[in-house]
Amino acid sequence: MDFLAVQFLTGLAGASSLFLVASGLSIIFGVTRIVNFAHGAFYMLGAYIAYSLTERWSGALGFWGGLIAAALAVAVIGALVEIVLLRRIYRAPELFQLLATFGVTLVVQDLSVIIWGPEDLVGRRAPGFRHSVEILGQSVPSYDLLLIALGPLVLASIWLLFHRTRFGVLVRAATQDRDMVAALGVNQRWLFTGVFALGVFLAALGGALQLPRDAVSHTMDLRIIVEVFVVVVIGGLGSVGGAYLAALLVSELNAFGILIMPTISLVVVFLVMAIVLVVRPHGLFGKPEGPPRATPNALIRPWRPFSRNEQIAVAIAVLAAALLPLVAGSYVLSVGTEIFIVALFAASLQLIMSAGGIASFGHAAYFGLGAYGAALAAKSLALPFPAALAAGVALGAAGAAIFGWFCVRLSGVYFAMLTLAFAQIAWSIAFQWTSVTGGDNGLLGIWPPSWAANPAVFYWIALGLAVFGVAAIRAITFSPFGYALRAVRDSALRAESIGIGRRGVQWTAFVVAGAFAALAGAMFAYLKGSVFPDNLGIPLSVDGLVMVLLGGVETVSGAVVGAIVYRALSIVLMSQTDYSKLVLGLFIVTLVVAFPRGIVGSLQGLVPRLRGRAAAPMGHTALRPAE
Amino acid sequence: MSAPLLSVEHLSKSYGGVKAVQDVSFSLDRGELLVLIGPNGAGKSTCFNMLNGQVKAESGTIRIDGRDTTRLDPRRVWKLGVGRTFQITATFASMSVRENVQVGLLARHGALARMVGFAGRAHTKEADQLLELVGMREAAERPSGELAYGDLKRLELAVALSNEPSLLLMDEPTAGMAPTDRVELMRLAAEIARSRRIGILFTEHDMDVVFEHADRIMVLDRGQIIATGTPQSVRQDPKVRAVYLGEGHLYRPAPAGAAA
Repeated sequence: MDFLAVQFLTGLAGASSLFLVASGLSIIFGVTRIVNFAHGAFYMLGAYIAYSLTERWSGALGFWGGLIAAALAVAVIGALVEIVLLRRIYRAPELFQLLATFGVTLVVQDLSVIIWGPEDLVGRRAPGFRHSVEILGQSVPSYDLLLIALGPLVLASIWLLFHRTRFGVLVRAATQDRDMVAALGVNQRWLFTGVFALGVFLAALGGALQLPRDAVSHTMDLRIIVEVFVVVVIGGLGSVGGAYLAALLVSELNAFGILIMPTISLVVVFLVMAIVLVVRPHGLFGKPEGPPRATPNALIRPWRPFSRNEQIAVAIAVLAAALLPLVAGSYVLSVGTEIFIVALFAASLQLIMSAGGIASFGHAAYFGLGAYGAALAAKSLALPFPAALAAGVALGAAGAAIFGWFCVRLSGVYFAMLTLAFAQIAWSIAFQWTSVTGGDNGLLGIWPPSWAANPAVFYWIALGLAVFGVAAIRAITFSPFGYALRAVRDSALRAESIGIGRRGVQWTAFVVAGAFAALAGAMFAYLKGSVFPDNLGIPLSVDGLVMVLLGGVETVSGAVVGAIVYRALSIVLMSQTDYSKLVLGLFIVTLVVAFPRGIVGSLQGLVPRLRGRAAAPMGHTALRPAE
Repeated sequence: MSAPLLSVEHLSKSYGGVKAVQDVSFSLDRGELLVLIGPNGAGKSTCFNMLNGQVKAESGTIRIDGRDTTRLDPRRVWKLGVGRTFQITATFASMSVRENVQVGLLARHGALARMVGFAGRAHTKEADQLLELVGMREAAERPSGELAYGDLKRLELAVALSNEPSLLLMDEPTAGMAPTDRVELMRLAAEIARSRRIGILFTEHDMDVVFEHADRIMVLDRGQIIATGTPQSVRQDPKVRAVYLGEGHLYRPAPAGAAA
């Protein structure tokens, strides 16, 4: 009983940092409508800078001064990021903003390795809070008690700031209707910068406060951001009070979940989140989102299947690819095989992103489920290669069916965050359920049978499956179902009034996309001979998004081109630099800001202009009456 | 025919303390063009949204062809043969004009779950006939995202008709249109109602537009029906004049067919 009470206090203490980070994210979202993926990175930076300030320059500021100074320094960095990067993309779709801020996360990850080294750093204890306090016969760190008190204190300060200052009133007004605030003559640019800096300050303070509790490491950014996404999904985006309650809830669930299900504690949090979402789709205190923004400068060119000439061009390209084994060695063939697999993965994501208009930030989950499904079928059930592939597809589709059922209840950024959270849950199951998945060691020794073991044969199989998959996805896009999917994206209201239900259509598309991703994942398992939790990690999900974006999100299958270019580039880059995340992060940021329409999209825009044919490229946004 | 096509009894809905629609009852027959008019905020759109299930009624009943549809969602209502257009145009902007109608036709045939076959070639003939009817045949290949406003309204009409509806609901179809287009759309709607034996319910806040073609007019003010009858009788009704004159609307009792 006493033990439970202490566990409860530990949960409360953990809630404080989580609340600081989540409230920062919520405040930023409320005003700017940006879901700041880099929030975890700022949290981590807060911890690292606080470490340096308290270790090396502790004299001038003292310990507490060091923590505050660290948070302020990160807030300045945040303001710079806002001015340089975010100001350019406020009007872009959520996907672009999430991606750009993810790019910032990658850059920060590598920079922090360069500056602070790869080792975990252990900070000093807080002066005056080095000891434990006896509570009910159990010892509780006194610093935990300080953190417990801090949570409500910060909540009250935010409340005072929002209700008793001019800045706060403006922030609340902008949260309700930012266009109106702009119309009233408020300088929106600096309001946004100020709010962003405030949110980042809270995140960095949350990180700095962890210093006496926990080692500072390079994985803390992704770890916290997933928890924070769960918190804001439960509490409701834009609600600070909701963030506090949800942070308490999630922290306590974590503290007690370990007691109930030591190996897969995240599942408990997941179950609670699922229940909340079913009962209140916008979180405990969230309000329904407005209609999602239209794609910017969208050239509305109705999609067409390939013309005769294009079909011939594609056939020639496939034929050329099929002839590669005649001239290439086994290394090139394995690279080629990997590219086909990745292209299929990207094409499956494009189906829901481009035709469906819903951006999944966790598509790798279904790729990974496919890989694990095939690997387990081959190892545990000793199924032959084709049957194992089918088992992978079945597992991926089943996962997509279950997760998707929840995800399609939401839209826009909630959808993106929820898909991410589910993918992370799938990852932690793969990571923690060692007895089945092998945990960190993965599953090894998954090789194709002798008839398919030759690199050339396996290459042809991968090519055949990729061509089949991409062709099938294209066919679906142009089928009646594909039209229903686009109808729901274009106008859910109109679609519903002619008998098309949004959820059913999007769920079906989600499952289909999951199945094709799983096919790619199953092939990947056989290509590498192994499966690791990385196969369903966030980085792979983001790779998928980048490939779609690179190919052109407004195209039918530009993702295939995006995948080929991106994979080839990254294989080259990996061999050239130690700082691949830095390069990739900068690449993503540049892509989002400079080439929002991707390779194929840009080429398509270029062709009519080169032919001197004015294709009446009018964005539909300009012609629609105001919402 | 015993039951009217649409019969509404004692329909009510309030938002917070505001009674948007109070105890509204009326009926509509096949081939009839009934217009619901009233100043802004009179409850027209609320009334309308309840009819196709977009908004749930608080009390009262809605019957379509004798069947109680009060609690049905918009998809079910569509399946019973109700088409509607929206006050703010809602078309599928990424598709061509013809494809918009094809989606409607595919929905009609229950074929939208099919993942095989090329939707762009489905029901082409029927789609073109509908586009012909609303005068959009020439624009069939154009992206609907670049249509002018009046054309969008016609396209919406064609999509709504793709369901072969027995009842067509049109929410302020002429709002924001050029004066000549308004009259033309009215004429078109009246013609469709008569030739296809469809019951059409319009909402409109400008009286002048509707006199020429409406069979009956119903005036809604502050959620209540204050007058129903032929255009002539409604025009004479002192309560209606009070609502409109009191609101500062310019009211012309002239037979100005070309509402300017």
